[in-house]
Amino acid sequence: MAKGVKPRVKVPKTAAAGETITIKTLISHKMETGRRKDGDGNVIPRSIINRFTCEFNGENVVDVNMEPAISVNPYFQFEATVPEAGEFVFTWYDDDGSVYEKKKSIKIA
Amino acid sequence: MKITSLLPLAFSIATVAGFVTAGEDSTLTIEGEVFVTKAAAPAHLENVDEIFSGWTFRLDETQALQMDDFDNPAFVFVDQALDQFEMVEGSAGKACSSCHDSAEVFSGLRASMPRVNSAGELETIPELINNCRTERMGAEKWKWSGGQMSAMLGLIGLQSRGMPVEVAIDGPAASFWEKGKELYYMRVGQLDMACSSCHEDNYGNMIRADHLSQGQINGFPTYRLKNAKLNTIHGRFKGCMKNIRATPFKEGSDEFKALELYVASRANGLSVETPSVRN
Repeated sequence: MAKGVKPRVKVPKTAAAGETITIKTLISHKMETGRRKDGDGNVIPRSIINRFTCEFNGENVVDVNMEPAISVNPYFQFEATVPEAGEFVFTWYDDDGSVYEKKKSIKIA
Repeated sequence: MKITSLLPLAFSIATVAGFVTAGEDSTLTIEGEVFVTKAAAPAHLENVDEIFSGWTFRLDETQALQMDDFDNPAFVFVDQALDQFEMVEGSAGKACSSCHDSAEVFSGLRASMPRVNSAGELETIPELINNCRTERMGAEKWKWSGGQMSAMLGLIGLQSRGMPVEVAIDGPAASFWEKGKELYYMRVGQLDMACSSCHEDNYGNMIRADHLSQGQINGFPTYRLKNAKLNTIHGRFKGCMKNIRATPFKEGSDEFKALELYVASRANGLSVETPSVRN
């Protein structure tokens, strides 16, 4: 299992109904490409976050497939329109099967 | 709902730029707190009237990265240090948190270091950390510019963020400070340059593609875009000395400690910006 993985998310606490907000996400991850070799010439196995999704009240906001060319600590910034109060669910899928999840609720001001 | 950035962290600057803008004359605010990035030079400075934080010399995009703690990549390392703070290590079965309630107890420390201790020695934060590790925890020393050390320096320095730098240069510190000053103005290496050649005589000018700053260390350890990690003060001194083709002193050497005191005193009056973002 990859060590030191920590998801971070920045979502405004409140928004007006129908407002477009900016969401920032970052997960610390070493993103080993599978192309490097160690000191003995053996290939270091690939270990990356291969998929990232964001859902709002069950509705899909983004769904991203990631490939080994993505650098360490993948950072995503995207916009979402908030029609109602609810909860954003962010999910990262690791090559080793681990799933990291972070939730942020947002209120209508 | 569109994705505006798929770029990885190290290359995300361009996107962020459109978001918060900053310029040479702009003010550094982080989480609503205003930082002093320009100030009248401390009395002991003979050749400079005004001092500027390295932040003012950076491009808008780089400046913007430091203005939001989420965008500031240094916080990845600060978070690692927070975990490290709780981690039990060494023969005594202690973590940092066994003695220190939280990192917040170090508030103000970064602003006054390096300082002279009761034994009359000049001490720096890395030495305090390693003393704790060897004497109290019974753990291994950390390397001066190692990942764990620089992360911990970032965490400790963050507690003093926004406070004015105020290192003592008189009393017992005077002899160390004089030594540091001598080193600052001493020409060394194949290029026969001193710290002052760039950072005092030519700050604001371009050295090839690089915009020369005053070489202030109020933001260290600093996240540099060129190597995507936190950089320590002595690590930076070493890099500078290599650039002028001199043989660097060792990290943690008496020379670098004295130089650190002198260079820190040149920033007396600027805000501590740890952990800062530079290129």
